[in-house]
Amino acid sequence: MENFTPLSGFVGGLLIGAAASLFVLLNGRVAGISGILGGALVPRGGDFAWRVAFLVGLIGGPFAVAAVSGQMPEVVMQTSDLGIVVAGVLVGFGTQLGGGCTSGHGVCGIARLSPRSLVATATFFAVAAATVYLTRHLGG
Amino acid sequence: MKNVASAFAVGLIFGIGLAVSQMMNPAKVIGFLDFAGRWDPTLALVMIGALIASAPGFALARRRTGSLLGEPMRVPTRRDISVRLVGGAAIFGIGWGIAGFCPGPALSAIATGQSRVLLFVAAMIVGALLYRILPAERLIKT
Repeated sequence: MENFTPLSGFVGGLLIGAAASLFVLLNGRVAGISGILGGALVPRGGDFAWRVAFLVGLIGGPFAVAAVSGQMPEVVMQTSDLGIVVAGVLVGFGTQLGGGCTSGHGVCGIARLSPRSLVATATFFAVAAATVYLTRHLGG
Repeated sequence: MKNVASAFAVGLIFGIGLAVSQMMNPAKVIGFLDFAGRWDPTLALVMIGALIASAPGFALARRRTGSLLGEPMRVPTRRDISVRLVGGAAIFGIGWGIAGFCPGPALSAIATGQSRVLLFVAAMIVGALLYRILPAERLIKT
């Protein structure tokens, strides 16, 4: 457990949760990233600007952290290019089909005790852990 | 326009949270999902923090018919467990396990400018558009 960073994880989690609280109280919406992205890809009248603004803010977050800490947060991908493409398509398709991802189902859905989100979150965590086991330990 | 400004501010806070928690780093996420390896429980702490801070917001929102900015409340109300829900979550889980990226972290990681992050995001957008094109509603009835 030498990589365990509980304090920064907890503080970052509080920020993510605070963002979700603010969004539902101010905008009346669930802060689900796949939903915000999916709606921006097929915009309907008056429904585009806030989605783009949210996504621009999301990308701005790491820049804000880099401005304070002096370095851009680390992003390490240990997957082949082919794996990245396959994974990207599955994540994009699956989150639209299942109506949410780690933020919409995992944070917002569980926070409001939605039975759909509890089932979805249990499913994608279990399948992801099984996939990691297959790809990193058996398929190697 | 107020809802656009607030969406930007909320997105920014969300992105800062992803960066501070290191959830925008796929290696960190894989470390949590890899129970048979050198397990890193950090993601569980992120979830606990996120739930502590988001539950009050949803509890307050439940008593309101409109948002503070005058928008209608659009919190989902469905309760049915469908094949689409579980199937979609499973497909997402496979992709998440392969790369360690889910949509929020992948989008915020665009900030690093890494070409492989952009590759993932492009593939993710293709996947989302495929869903719009394919007759998923007819393939999966329930």
